[in-house]
Amino acid sequence: MARTATAPGVPTTLLGKAALEVDDRLIVAGPLRRTLNKVFPDHWSFLLGEIALYAFVVLLLSGTYLTFFFDASMREVVYEGSYAPLRGVEMSAAYDSALQLSFDVRGGLFMRQIHHWAALLFVAAIVVHLLRIFFTGAFRRPRESNWLIGVVMLVLALLMGVTGYSLPDDLLSGTGLRIISAILLSVPVIGTWAHWAVFNGDFVGENIIGRFYIVHVLLIPAILLALIAVHLLVLVKQKHTQFPGPGRTEHNVVGNRLFPAFAGKATGLFFIVFGVCAALGGLVQINPVWLWGPYNPAQVSSASQPDWYIGFLDGSTRIFPAWDINLPGDYTIPALFWPTVVVAGAMFTVLALYPMIERKLTGDTASHHLLQRPRDVPVRTSLGVMALTFYVWLMIAGGNDVIADKFDISLNAMTWVGRIGVIILPPIAYVLTYRMCLGLQQHDREVLEHGIETGVIRRLPHGEFIEVHQPLGEVDAHGHGQLAYGGAPVPKKMNQVGGARRAIRGFFSPIEEPAQVELEQRREEHGPAAAESSRELTTSGRPQEGGRPQEPRD
Amino acid sequence: MSTTNPQSDAQPDGGSPRVRWSRRPADGTPAAAARARRRSKHRRRVVNVAGLMAALVLTGALYSALSPAYATNEGSGSESAAEAAGRELYERSCISCHGENLEGVPTRGPSLVGVGEAAVYFQVHTGRMPLVRQEADAPDKPAVFSDEEIDQLMAYVQANGGGPTLPSGDLRDGDLAQGGELFRLNCASCHNFVGQGGALSSGKAAPSLEGSSALEIYTAMLTGPENMPVFGDNQLTPDEKRAIINYVQTIDNQADPGGAGVGRMGPVAEGLVIWVVGIGVLLFGIFWMGSKA
Repeated sequence: MARTATAPGVPTTLLGKAALEVDDRLIVAGPLRRTLNKVFPDHWSFLLGEIALYAFVVLLLSGTYLTFFFDASMREVVYEGSYAPLRGVEMSAAYDSALQLSFDVRGGLFMRQIHHWAALLFVAAIVVHLLRIFFTGAFRRPRESNWLIGVVMLVLALLMGVTGYSLPDDLLSGTGLRIISAILLSVPVIGTWAHWAVFNGDFVGENIIGRFYIVHVLLIPAILLALIAVHLLVLVKQKHTQFPGPGRTEHNVVGNRLFPAFAGKATGLFFIVFGVCAALGGLVQINPVWLWGPYNPAQVSSASQPDWYIGFLDGSTRIFPAWDINLPGDYTIPALFWPTVVVAGAMFTVLALYPMIERKLTGDTASHHLLQRPRDVPVRTSLGVMALTFYVWLMIAGGNDVIADKFDISLNAMTWVGRIGVIILPPIAYVLTYRMCLGLQQHDREVLEHGIETGVIRRLPHGEFIEVHQPLGEVDAHGHGQLAYGGAPVPKKMNQVGGARRAIRGFFSPIEEPAQVELEQRREEHGPAAAESSRELTTSGRPQEGGRPQEPRD
Repeated sequence: MSTTNPQSDAQPDGGSPRVRWSRRPADGTPAAAARARRRSKHRRRVVNVAGLMAALVLTGALYSALSPAYATNEGSGSESAAEAAGRELYERSCISCHGENLEGVPTRGPSLVGVGEAAVYFQVHTGRMPLVRQEADAPDKPAVFSDEEIDQLMAYVQANGGGPTLPSGDLRDGDLAQGGELFRLNCASCHNFVGQGGALSSGKAAPSLEGSSALEIYTAMLTGPENMPVFGDNQLTPDEKRAIINYVQTIDNQADPGGAGVGRMGPVAEGLVIWVVGIGVLLFGIFWMGSKA
């Protein structure tokens, strides 16, 4: 194809020419333009999932560094490194190399700590993201598949955490490994075989660290990466949901384009996430394996806990009664089976199937792209808070010995608080949330009908005092607002409708001159809006009558 | 036949009463034979009594020689000044729960017989004793008695109850790594791997070892205060005790190379940090970046 220098639109810069050559061969300009033009809503809650994504990137980078030095072997060695209190102690090569990483590898301890903090952050961000999706109804048709992928990724993240926790082979992680082994053994019928399959023999064997290692560094990360890609592709294909608001419909997305606005923000957020992980990794000690000592099945420490995301299972186990089921013929279903395998299985099954359950119960099979405010769906919101209460309560029970010790409470009392609370608190949470949702709904309706409370008290000629209300729009003959509720936040303070003029811009400190803004607004005051607002608050109040509802007179 | 009745003895010869009462009958007469018989019987009786007495005296002497020398005479002049002062303190502050003779009072306090000065040192020096009130645990608090008073109490209890005494020499003189192994094996299940302490059942707790002196740790191991088992010298030799103390104190004084220790509590504290600090800061970040409703 012959190009001439005079053809319109032909690039003249070097970069442009290079890009043209690339596009000539790969034909990417079209798709790239579409992608770069993709619109992202800029509500803050849409960035929660991104925190998880960036934490995952931090995990990949720091984890790669750790693999350079970590030796996933259970070979017995004698420690001869620079940490004196363990010198001469027999330990596995895995623990030995974890100590080497901590004390003898440049930047090793920092990387270990970043990796561990990023792992805690990864799961925490996934949970917060999941809560946002749940409470705003973003999982509804057509996004059930992405919900399902998300739940699978959450489970994988937990497995990732469990395998990573076990790798250093210190006394704490070995205790966790023993519990994993016990949970496997507790499964009826297949338990023993499952244990033999995973551990390649009895506890602890010589293979488990190596197996967990490859699962932790290759298998799960690869699956997670693939699922993240699918998660994002489905998101791009289905487009973002958005909160209802002015100009936002089921058929559009209001926000910033990927390039440049959103890309800038995303890069900024990436650096914030990286910064938080680095700051925690550099300033706050996490999992000091040298203090735990090497794993020895004969030893155990008080206050041995899993990382927070497994805490709910530890808690359910701690408060579950010791109900072994003895079957005829020497078969036993240990009590451990219920609070671990059954509780976790039931929780994640219900979580994964929730979109389908809700679709079935409500009969709502329509596609939704506008989000719901939690208050507008009180049953779902209350169910969510109920489940969250259950989960958090189990998590607290998982640390009940530390709480008992630090707050000088009897451990037995903590166990019973856990048992009773886990039964009575979720229903209480349900009822309270339901009432709160209804109350918030009613307040929205009230403001739409009667206007915003201005705080201005007026005395009427016959002596009655009323509070002046600012209607949000046109009112009917009785002073009632005509606006219908649109699923979007209703302004409830005069500031939100410009009652105090606009705010000075700037997040940390003002980026504009307050005096200048004052002058600017004085000039604007000659507009019709300003005149109206002054009229409403100073004249006799009719026809608004301060937004006070009136009896029909005729 | 032999009988002790003198009449029956006299009857066979049918002699007069005079003969019967004569002091010296002629030898060979039946009366003389009977008299001789009577005399030897009497002698036998005396010997028996003397033998019995001798045996009793001997037994008593042997008993007093071989039996454990039990408590010296209380209240006698042999009590030292320190013991006397200790007795005074004991009778003022300890007697209501531990009894007049260190024998303990049911439902109030255990016997102090055999606990020794080591237990007194630990309990009183860490402020656990005297107890403020009866509860699940005796919490440590600032010591009520001065060091001198503690010495007097120790002397009194040691003198009257006996038991383990205070160790001497360098109490941290032991192998560090071996101490760590022994600590994790014997102590960590209650005191936590870092000696942070931990909860036990029904409001009892294993205290944190942070800031504990070597002598306190040693005497605690030796005497098993509260819920702690006794680690006598046949369970943990004095050398092993010293190794454990070396490990505990080394760990206690060691800086945290990773940054703030957050109580060295492990995952519970770390979970709190990631939710409060990590998620907190990031939420602030996205509020800043994103728009609100």
